[in-house]
Amino acid sequence: MALKRSILIVVLMAACPFFLISAQAGAMDPFSGLSGEIRISGGTAHIPVMKEAAKQIMRANPEISISIAGGGSGVGIKQVGEGIVDIGNSGRAATDAEVEKYGLKLFKWAIDGVGVAVNPDNPVTALTKAQLKDIYSGKITDWKNLGGKDAPITVYTRDESSGTRSVFWKKALGKGDIVSSANFVVSNGAMKTAIANDPNAIGYVSVGHMDASVAGVALDGVSPTIDTVKSGEYTVARGLYSNTKGDPSGLTQLFIAYLLSPEGQRIVVQKGFVPVN
Amino acid sequence: MTRVTQQTARIVFFLSAAVSAMAAALVFGFLLVFGFPLIGGGEFFSLLARPWSPGQGLYGFLPMITGTAAISFLSIVFALPLSLGTVCFMGGLGPARISRLVDGFVRFMTGIPTVIYGFLGIFLLVPVVRTLFTSAGSGMCILSASLMLSLLVSPTMIIFFKDGFDSVDVRYIQAADALGADSVQRLIYVILPEAWPGIVTGIIMGLGRAMGDTLIALMIAGNAVHVPGSILDSARTLTSHIALVSASDYDSLAFKSIFACGLTLYVLNAFAVIAVRRLGRKRGPVR
Repeated sequence: MALKRSILIVVLMAACPFFLISAQAGAMDPFSGLSGEIRISGGTAHIPVMKEAAKQIMRANPEISISIAGGGSGVGIKQVGEGIVDIGNSGRAATDAEVEKYGLKLFKWAIDGVGVAVNPDNPVTALTKAQLKDIYSGKITDWKNLGGKDAPITVYTRDESSGTRSVFWKKALGKGDIVSSANFVVSNGAMKTAIANDPNAIGYVSVGHMDASVAGVALDGVSPTIDTVKSGEYTVARGLYSNTKGDPSGLTQLFIAYLLSPEGQRIVVQKGFVPVN
Repeated sequence: MTRVTQQTARIVFFLSAAVSAMAAALVFGFLLVFGFPLIGGGEFFSLLARPWSPGQGLYGFLPMITGTAAISFLSIVFALPLSLGTVCFMGGLGPARISRLVDGFVRFMTGIPTVIYGFLGIFLLVPVVRTLFTSAGSGMCILSASLMLSLLVSPTMIIFFKDGFDSVDVRYIQAADALGADSVQRLIYVILPEAWPGIVTGIIMGLGRAMGDTLIALMIAGNAVHVPGSILDSARTLTSHIALVSASDYDSLAFKSIFACGLTLYVLNAFAVIAVRRLGRKRGPVR
């Protein structure tokens, strides 16, 4: 009996890749027979989608290798501009100066919200923008003043090169001050870990990254969810971009085409972002 | 033939020595040249004393200098007794077989990448610190970083200390034994004073490693840009600061200030080495 079951499992496992490949054969056609490397770095909000797309492509064609690094939007733009990587991701549109300096081409393949997040144990689930500004500028320092428990607020933020930070700072804080005692973390993932581990934390993460480990906070009555971002009701949002130096060619061009194809956009939805097509 | 070989060897070794010396000098020169826009015109010293607030045009390193100083000094304070104790254990107080095991383990520890310590710190140490000290807030603070850092620098210190212990003249030890000294007396009156130069070198190497390490502080010190008021405050080191800011726009003043930041770290490190050597010389045995 046990033997039979294990044989069945082995057969299923062996058959599995065939099902997947046949289901995706259409999208993978352009990649067939090609080999080479695609180097990607930059925005950390992009990583889940990049990883999934890379997995699909590399599974269909093992001759192609795709490397994905983080670093933040600033790093992505800088590295692609200098030819260190093929695709530099950014969670903000590259500035005119950057586009002009490096001759960048921008491809926007998803829309993403930046949501305020607290620890799931925190009873505070809604804030006004004014309260948020006061928290980040250091005027409100205790959760008690916001209807929470009697504990000091630990403020988390991202470094200056973060696209997530720049959108949050512009659209949620209205370019307001961030208190100097704020803790700095280096990626969306690190932000989530920090908030999940710290009962008194407040921070901000890409809506696509939100899960049960952190609790989204409604801002002026609107919760940061994929639906409110999609409808435009939640306004702290930005495009997710993949940038190339000049017009993309070869594998890079195929990769970007894949992101914008129905299959690619399906990954975008699956990872919690709003598709553009 | 042998003369030719010797000559070649001499030239090769001279070249290697020259290259490494040049590299250190070049790095210094590079930092000077690139940091010049901020260093020139006496701006450098105001950089040292100012806060960091790019939004208001302030690019000072005072918070980072205090952060580096506090974290590295404290990590040595934690690591010194730990390392000295381990070396004393290996140098005669403990059984030989276990000492060899400890020795092997210490050598293994020198090879552990710092990101592992940082990672362990986030999941094991930071929550403990947060629960123990309610005022620590997030638990990401100077104390957490320096505790973890002391684990990183201890193996380095232990290896140098042990070299110092091993270099003690065997005749001195035999003389102490002949006088009826027990192992503790032998350690305190003969080995420790004789091994002093090795201990000083170990502290210097440990301090250098502590000041130069980036990832542990970046991951668990919190990186806040204020001058820390207590060891439970979040703090940013010069190295994490460089790591955090080097991702920003090339043409920004913030990015340019990084070179001055590197220079500060270089100078601070040199000062620390000189200070420890001075202190070590005063207390060392007369030779």
